[in-house]
Amino acid sequence: MTAITADRLLPAASDHAAEDAACAHCGQPIPGGGGSADAGKRFCCSGCSAAYATIQGLGLGRYYQQRLLDPALRAPRPETGERWDLDRAVTVNADGTCELSMAIDGLQCGACVWLIESVLGREPAVVAGRVNMTSRRLRLVWRGVAADGEPLVGRIEALGYRLVPFDAAALKAAQDQTGRALMRALAVAGFAAGNVMFISIGIWAGEAAGWLDGMGPATRDLLHWFSALIALPAIAYAGMPFFRSAASALRQGRSNMDLPISIGVLLVTAMSLVESFRHGEHTYFDSAVSLLFFLLIGRVLDHRARGVARATAEQLLTLRASDVAVLQPDGSTLRRSQHAIAPGDRILVGLGERIGVDGVVERGSSALDASLVTGESLPVQAGPGTQVFAGTLNLGEPLTVRATATGGATLLAECVRLIEAAEARRSRFVVLADRVARRYAPTVHLAALLTFLYWYLVGGLALAPALLIASAVLIITCPCALALAVPAVQVIATSRLFQSGVLLKSATALERLAEVDTVVFDKTGTLTEPTLGLAEAADPETLRLAASLAASSRHPLARSLLAAAGPVPAATGVVEHPGQGLSLGETRLGSRAFCGDPDAPASDRPELWLARAGHAPVRFVFDERLRPDAAAVIARLRRMGTDIRLMSGDRPGPVQHVAETLGIATWQAGCSPVGKVAAIEALAAAGRRVLMVGDGLNDGPSLAAAHVSASPATAADISQTVADVVFQGHDLAPVAAILDTARRARATMRENLALSIGYNVLMVPLAVAGLVTPWLAAAAMSSSSLLVILNSFRLKRGGGR
Amino acid sequence: MSVILYLLAGSLVLGGGGLAVFLWALRSGQYDDLEGAANRILFDDDRS
Repeated sequence: MTAITADRLLPAASDHAAEDAACAHCGQPIPGGGGSADAGKRFCCSGCSAAYATIQGLGLGRYYQQRLLDPALRAPRPETGERWDLDRAVTVNADGTCELSMAIDGLQCGACVWLIESVLGREPAVVAGRVNMTSRRLRLVWRGVAADGEPLVGRIEALGYRLVPFDAAALKAAQDQTGRALMRALAVAGFAAGNVMFISIGIWAGEAAGWLDGMGPATRDLLHWFSALIALPAIAYAGMPFFRSAASALRQGRSNMDLPISIGVLLVTAMSLVESFRHGEHTYFDSAVSLLFFLLIGRVLDHRARGVARATAEQLLTLRASDVAVLQPDGSTLRRSQHAIAPGDRILVGLGERIGVDGVVERGSSALDASLVTGESLPVQAGPGTQVFAGTLNLGEPLTVRATATGGATLLAECVRLIEAAEARRSRFVVLADRVARRYAPTVHLAALLTFLYWYLVGGLALAPALLIASAVLIITCPCALALAVPAVQVIATSRLFQSGVLLKSATALERLAEVDTVVFDKTGTLTEPTLGLAEAADPETLRLAASLAASSRHPLARSLLAAAGPVPAATGVVEHPGQGLSLGETRLGSRAFCGDPDAPASDRPELWLARAGHAPVRFVFDERLRPDAAAVIARLRRMGTDIRLMSGDRPGPVQHVAETLGIATWQAGCSPVGKVAAIEALAAAGRRVLMVGDGLNDGPSLAAAHVSASPATAADISQTVADVVFQGHDLAPVAAILDTARRARATMRENLALSIGYNVLMVPLAVAGLVTPWLAAAAMSSSSLLVILNSFRLKRGGGR
Repeated sequence: MSVILYLLAGSLVLGGGGLAVFLWALRSGQYDDLEGAANRILFDDDRS
């Protein structure tokens, strides 16, 4: 069997054709070779041609020289869509301008930002059109009425970007107030820490130089009071996030990491204040403030890592939740995003479209694929009166559906429910930092209490000095390096993966990935490429003829045939016979029964037949092509010590073939979605930590059931939504890279934890013995935090491949 | 040693100024889109 030969591992014929037949606007290969030509440029469609003309007409042609198209991202090909109904998305500002926020799909690079902003800048009504490249959102402000926004949105959509309006109310709720509050607290704490530390250095120097020309007690008191002046308001402000969280934990009768932090900081501040009144020698304002500063760094990093994950998921949800065509009373349709649908709205669902709402069929009858909702793989028949659910795919005639439920019951909510179900199952997973913190806090409090009791009762000290020593223990043990140990690594690993096209959608995914010992692959679309390749070479002339017919069909086999043939002009007048094939006069392309020779030997692979008058029928046999690096990645995963399995819904023949080619010993064919989930749960019950890699609709449940899951960016919407990790590009290599990074990240986290705990083991005896002075506490604390941060940065360089 | 009072006051004013500028920058959204800012500089607007 020669299915996997080197030449067919290459991307399909489009590559060598891309040189001379790439669309001048969207950069995509031109199907059918022809397209429209204009001023020496060739375009794949009239939309691209119009976009090119618009951009050149505005004098923005530099866009084409300066842009960098990433083939893994959505190409800027304009899609013809109906008009948006923006009423519910537009807010009117106090000065009468209208404002709209939209998610942008198709942003490629800085040139896209420049293009969009320049085009909007030339519209006289536009007050502000600003693209946020980090969150991939467009904020648009214009003078006039809400309805004026529609043509502006249309301008951008005509350039080839897809825009989806955010619901104004939802947007307000999603604004990152916490992140900003943390940043402000960090700024205040940083300012105070720097200044108090400077003053403290003066005090320490004065103390050290005591035998020469020491600092007088009056000056020292002044500096102590000055420290207090800066530190007290700063602690009151920057400590708020911790105090608030500790208070809410206390109210619920629980304990958390913030409780020892709050107690430590407040106790130290109070002691220092008392010492200042008593003209004491030592105050610890600098320790209290820099403690908050370091803790806030950890908090901000942690929040940012979670924020990236959340924003990515939000963006995916917004873009994936396809818009819905709402039927107007006059028979026309308006696009509206799913969450803006009201009960009673009538929705038009075309062939191949997903139903966006829960509702009842009013008109039309069709077959529906409900595998996403019910797991049923056979299509169900729907007619007037049938109840349909968000997420089902219309396989046949257009349907008119009357919406019966909104928001909470749509596909969007369905996705969220699935994610929540998966997350709930995973919530038993306790992150490393929490596991450590749970034991750490009581130990530390007990140590401080015992220290105090010892010095007060046994050591014969007065109340104040005994408390001072006990608070020194609290300062020394305050978990500031501990609080940095995990988030610092997480941020660096996440951004590193992000740069190589891997999105970590869940904040705990990294730690869960590191535990993986079993990798389960889906076959179709995951180990193999999304399109099929020709298994046997065909006569080029015949192939071209067949491809010219295939060019007018969206059937997967027709698409694969076209990809194999390279650019071929589409024949005109082709008639599609659903479920059978295509015909052009006497020439037929389709199933064996439609045009083939019924006596030919049966094939277990997908095939297309071409029948012509005067010729014997020709057969095209298709084969799945493995992803180019599948074998290498499997080998690498095996070297990393993982057990590799293959689970597919396909028939045993092809599954066995792929398994043998790649050397996967354990494979299962003919799995239903439920069967996959059961198999994964059985593995989990046997103590395995399973990474599921899959892309199909039917993989959704098993992705959610696995310990951690990954999907290629070409995957079905629902898989990407459920998966913890989404990787982009043509290759499978990211799967190994993700595991590798996760393991190295976990190793670094453990080093960090060992560093910070080791430092405590060294310093606590000193503190208990009452030998820790403020400068020693400050130096030890800062150095341990810095050490942890620097150690985390090691992850950033080296060991990438 | 009364010069120390001036120095302390001076350092506080300078530091506080820096803090105020940072808080202003944060509030006016200059930290919202760091990636965009890095790219934007490559495209000068010849429209002005």
